[in-house]
Amino acid sequence: MIAFLIKRLFHALLVMFVISVVSFAIQDNLGDPIQQMVGQSVPESERAELREELGLNDPFLVQYLRFAENALHFDFGYSYFYNEPTTDVIMRHLPATLELVFATTLLIILLSVPIGVYSAIRPRSWLSRLFMGVSIVGISIPVFLTAIVLIQIFAIGIHVSLFPADTAWGAWLNGLLSTSGGMPAYGRGDVTHVFGTWDTNFASLNGLTYLVLPAISLASIMLPLFIRLIRAEMMEVLQSEYIKFAKAKGISMRRIYFLHALKNTMLPVITVGGVQIGTLVAYTILTETVFQWPGVGLMFLDAIQRSDIPLIVTYLMVVGLIFVITNTVVDLIYGLVNPTVKLTGKPA
Amino acid sequence: MTTSASAAPSRWARFRDSYLVYSFKRDLIAQVCLVTFLGMVLAAVLAPWLAPMNPYDLAQIDILASELPPFWIDGSDPTYVLGTDAQGRDLLSTILYGARVSLVIGFGAVILQAMLGVTFGLLAGYLGGRVDAFLMRLADIQLSFSTLMVAIIVGAVIKATFGGAIYSEYAVIILVLIIGLAEWPQYARTVRASVLAERSKEYVDAARVMGFRAKRIMFRHILPNTLSPIFVISTVQIANAIISEAALSFLGLGMPETQPSLGSLIKSGFDYLQSGSWWITLIPGAVLVVLVLVINLLGDWLRDVMNPRLYKG
Repeated sequence: MIAFLIKRLFHALLVMFVISVVSFAIQDNLGDPIQQMVGQSVPESERAELREELGLNDPFLVQYLRFAENALHFDFGYSYFYNEPTTDVIMRHLPATLELVFATTLLIILLSVPIGVYSAIRPRSWLSRLFMGVSIVGISIPVFLTAIVLIQIFAIGIHVSLFPADTAWGAWLNGLLSTSGGMPAYGRGDVTHVFGTWDTNFASLNGLTYLVLPAISLASIMLPLFIRLIRAEMMEVLQSEYIKFAKAKGISMRRIYFLHALKNTMLPVITVGGVQIGTLVAYTILTETVFQWPGVGLMFLDAIQRSDIPLIVTYLMVVGLIFVITNTVVDLIYGLVNPTVKLTGKPA
Repeated sequence: MTTSASAAPSRWARFRDSYLVYSFKRDLIAQVCLVTFLGMVLAAVLAPWLAPMNPYDLAQIDILASELPPFWIDGSDPTYVLGTDAQGRDLLSTILYGARVSLVIGFGAVILQAMLGVTFGLLAGYLGGRVDAFLMRLADIQLSFSTLMVAIIVGAVIKATFGGAIYSEYAVIILVLIIGLAEWPQYARTVRASVLAERSKEYVDAARVMGFRAKRIMFRHILPNTLSPIFVISTVQIANAIISEAALSFLGLGMPETQPSLGSLIKSGFDYLQSGSWWITLIPGAVLVVLVLVINLLGDWLRDVMNPRLYKG
């Protein structure tokens, strides 16, 4: 166990090192900090002096070590645009993203487990077929398009006049297919201050309504994946010997499905889930752009448009750290829950 | 290779009698998908001849005809079947040209991914040892980020380095590079897994005993036997590449509005959603979804038929 732990931690440090080198290379090659500091009017000789003073002529390795030392103190310099430490800017935007991700994860867990299990137990029922059909369509719709369609239907509203309005059934069908809209689709709405930079959407009804559409959009891309995964794993587990044995012992089917089978189904789901957190962070950029959700994704995109390099680099480091921590934790949990995984060798 | 000698059945005959064609004939969904897909590719390739107007030609654009709705809504103009966008470009034409750009980038990126991934996968699987450890660790690290994330970061860095103007000019090449580089580990892993299964077989031993070089064994002997999993993931990868391109374009890191792909059409229409002109964004969106959906369904069908997990012993 100790060997496994050390191995994983070493791997995590290695990944963090690679990320920091990439981040530093970006910072080093993009933009001229002197230009940012003094503007156009300062003569070249003074610039050269300043450059020497700031250590910008030092060898790559020396500069990198300085960068790494500052990074360890969470000091990534000042944002060009906000004119304050980049970590402060990130901390201000992070709660919005984390709340969105939290709401999405909640949706995914609450929906994917029952649907996945149901369609594994009754693979031939029409409801299972419907779920599978919808899920392949869901995979094929890019997340920003889901968001746009949701905005059109629930925020703007659609007015259907396809059927003849002068007949009773036509008017009824038109009314049935039309929506009035009205759901909020931009920003966070009323937030309640908790502490520090953390404002929450979960404390008021108004805040919650602002969370609904973004969370559904973000969940739409992951949900089909998890439903299909849980279904496939569950079907495989249900074929195994120990389930047959449990059936022969006369244990109730409900107990077999939800206690014996589900336990082993969730193992691979945990690993995939950990990896998917990374994908989720990438998709927050898209979702936040569509809904103007003031999280780190939108902030990152704005930073790109403004060439705000310190902020871009800080975002990369913070997101990299989140990835590394979640992946390591997921690996460790997997090692703990699955007794068959070879702890010292390669993880299964 | 001289397999198509007179005695053996021709390649075409062998293909016609294969299980692949047999199951295709019995699967209605696969047929519909293939026809739709080929139809869309054909329409995109023939866009310059099919499209009513050239969206790149500023002289043909009439700004007074902007935001016209499609034909089934009151106030439409029969000249513009699917309506016009905010700049007065015919939507049908921009979609045809846009699908062309999307498909070029999708296929280009997948070809690049496949070249990188197959080479690295063959090297890792056949040579093993340190090469294998290094390449797979690299793939692990890259995959622990999402591929979209990698693409966004690389795109952002390129854009910040060279500026928006140059980025727009070379957008097609840059996007192919970005998406190609972001997704190669998928291929590398698949190929490596099949190479490991093939490497210990007797024909490889025989080739080695005959003194062939590693390069020849890898590309001429092992590669042909790993083609079916490559083929299967290629379909999914094309769908993914098209979605990635659309996502990057939507974020403003892709094709510029002057040379739109489906993604940048959706992006440029999104600003007009609130004013009621839903068709500018939702019709290209629907085309994108249908394109990706048929590719995904074809990929599902191919996976079921070829079942690349089962290696014929």
